[in-house]
Amino acid sequence: MKYIDEFREPELARRLVSQIRAQATCPVRLMEFCGGHTHAIFRFGLRQMLASHVDMRSGPGCPVCVTSATDLDRAIALSEVPDAILTTFGDMVRVPGSRGTLQEAQARGSDVRVVYSALDALEIARRNPQRPVVFLGIGFETTAPTVAATLVQAEEEGLSNFFVFSAHKLTPPAVRAILEVGEVALDGVIGPGHVSAVIGSAAWQFLPQRYGIACAIAGFEPLDILSAVAALVRCVVEGQPSVANTYGRGVRSGGNPAAQAMMKRVFQVGPAEWRGFGVIPESGFNLREAFAHRDAAQRFPVAVEPVEEPAGCRCGEVLRGVVEPPDCSLFRRICSPRNPVGPCMVSAEGACAAYFQYAEEMT
Amino acid sequence: MSETILLAHGSGGELSHELVRDLFARRFANPILDELGDAALFGVAGLSSGRLALTTDSYVVQPLFFPGGDIGKLAVCGTVNDLAVVGATPCHLSAGFILEEGLPLETLEQVVNSMAETACAAGVDIVTGDTKVVERGAADGLFINTAGVGLVPAGVHLTPANLRPGDRILINGSVGDHGMAVMMQREGLKFGSSLVSDCASLNELIAALLKAVPGAVRCMRDPTRGGLVTTLNEWADAGVGIAVEETAIPVREEVRAVCEILGLDPLYAANEGKVVVAVTPEAVDEALAVLQAHPLGREAAVIGQVTAEHPGRVALHTPLGTRRVIGMLVGAQLPRIC
Repeated sequence: MKYIDEFREPELARRLVSQIRAQATCPVRLMEFCGGHTHAIFRFGLRQMLASHVDMRSGPGCPVCVTSATDLDRAIALSEVPDAILTTFGDMVRVPGSRGTLQEAQARGSDVRVVYSALDALEIARRNPQRPVVFLGIGFETTAPTVAATLVQAEEEGLSNFFVFSAHKLTPPAVRAILEVGEVALDGVIGPGHVSAVIGSAAWQFLPQRYGIACAIAGFEPLDILSAVAALVRCVVEGQPSVANTYGRGVRSGGNPAAQAMMKRVFQVGPAEWRGFGVIPESGFNLREAFAHRDAAQRFPVAVEPVEEPAGCRCGEVLRGVVEPPDCSLFRRICSPRNPVGPCMVSAEGACAAYFQYAEEMT
Repeated sequence: MSETILLAHGSGGELSHELVRDLFARRFANPILDELGDAALFGVAGLSSGRLALTTDSYVVQPLFFPGGDIGKLAVCGTVNDLAVVGATPCHLSAGFILEEGLPLETLEQVVNSMAETACAAGVDIVTGDTKVVERGAADGLFINTAGVGLVPAGVHLTPANLRPGDRILINGSVGDHGMAVMMQREGLKFGSSLVSDCASLNELIAALLKAVPGAVRCMRDPTRGGLVTTLNEWADAGVGIAVEETAIPVREEVRAVCEILGLDPLYAANEGKVVVAVTPEAVDEALAVLQAHPLGREAAVIGQVTAEHPGRVALHTPLGTRRVIGMLVGAQLPRIC
């Protein structure tokens, strides 16, 4: 398949791996920010290929995982607003908050619908003009532009029953938060490919400039990721951190100006609560005043209690790259995709789920 | 078990298995049911040789019509296939209809015509039936239940317990066609318009195979809900390991493309015209040739083998030379977010 097969070529992959192994004279510790990378790294067995030379840590780039339990409780409460239809992306319905999951709310009678795009939610709003349709917007700079465009569309059509509960988050502040806390010593960061297609590779210049850490922006195929690892190992060995863009077919230095303009038109940046981090300043997208009448949080004020993380769950540390999923005493014993205690076990992009699914011993 | 029934209980993955194991199989326990095959097998007084096979399945697919088939065709093929994979010759089917008030009669006629054609082509008769109508909202248009009986010749006993290390695993063609075609149609996704369900009756193909390599077929299963991986895991539960080669598994280019875009895995997507076959190593070439000689098996391939290693688990060998466990699906497969 075009644009897929050439980036999965086994011989080139093997050559890149031997190059990385030869160059990494000391162990190099890298973090892949993005959950899509985590999933791909496990799916293709890249950790196995790089073992003992490169220590890969998963970061907080799984949109489902970083959505706070309080926001989730709020979403469940929104699904219980009379006549409301709550729409969101797939994995979100399985994440436990303090009052169970959206899936369980659905079984109790809430109308919860999984959609593939915010535009699908808008279509549901068109077909159900008498009912409030709330879209629970999660994700990073990747999903935010389409949600923004959907809100603009709703305005143009005068669809008064469409609302958004915005739990969108920005990626660079989370990486900054990890580095500021300094719990884990990183040599380099694999930059998120799709996020960078929107915000541009230049947005990561603060990594080498302020923290002396290399960044390589990667696509999601094995050769993309291995090229990024190779670039990072080279930077580390040469002691010259920089931002490399190994995803040139998708990412430009300045990103996608149209998407940026759309986000700017609809959202304003403010503090946001991240699971595992707490509140990070300037890290979330809230609706601007001009769209306040479509803000589900304002339109349907629901009271929720602050939520404590489940006892023993180390998702927070997993999201910050401090521990690996098997370090958590609940992993596999109590917490499994069947019975997820924390969010990292729910989403396919979550580190715990990836470990559980792919890193099982073959014995 | 969670306190209410979730959609995931019907996905064919782990929750479905738990429901069957912990509720139905436990409360209904008897030696015939305990086999938990695609069809129940039992002797009947007066039957001169062989055993009877009995199976039942309900069909609730949405939309009712999809590229390559409809709920009626599915209801016949599904039950015919469940009989065929246990080695039975399907004979008679029943059809039960649950109709929602307001369903256009024309729709029902179309579905019934399709059932009649499919049954005729498969050489089975629909010999009894039932109709119920429920109030608007109590069903989604039209649900169908079919049951089927068939005859298993003496000496044919196909079960995962027969699997031995070295046995080869074959499939009669590409995986994921039905699951992805229905999903694209249901969700109104436009970019995969060339996808067509593989919905087909496999009894003729399977009969040809059993005739060509008698005694060499260890077991068979039609990988419907939960897809190929679920079937292989059910087999591994019999206490053997299974290793498959990712590159050997046929996946249609369109299916692969749609799965890549949505972040889904075709190995877990439903099939309605596929059979996974385990045969003895000596018979593999002939079995493959027989499958490939039939129109429903042209793209048949050997995809892996039974191993003594890693009993209870299924390993996928990737093109990069790595290998990983492929386990049973936990919930429904969901598209990736970003």
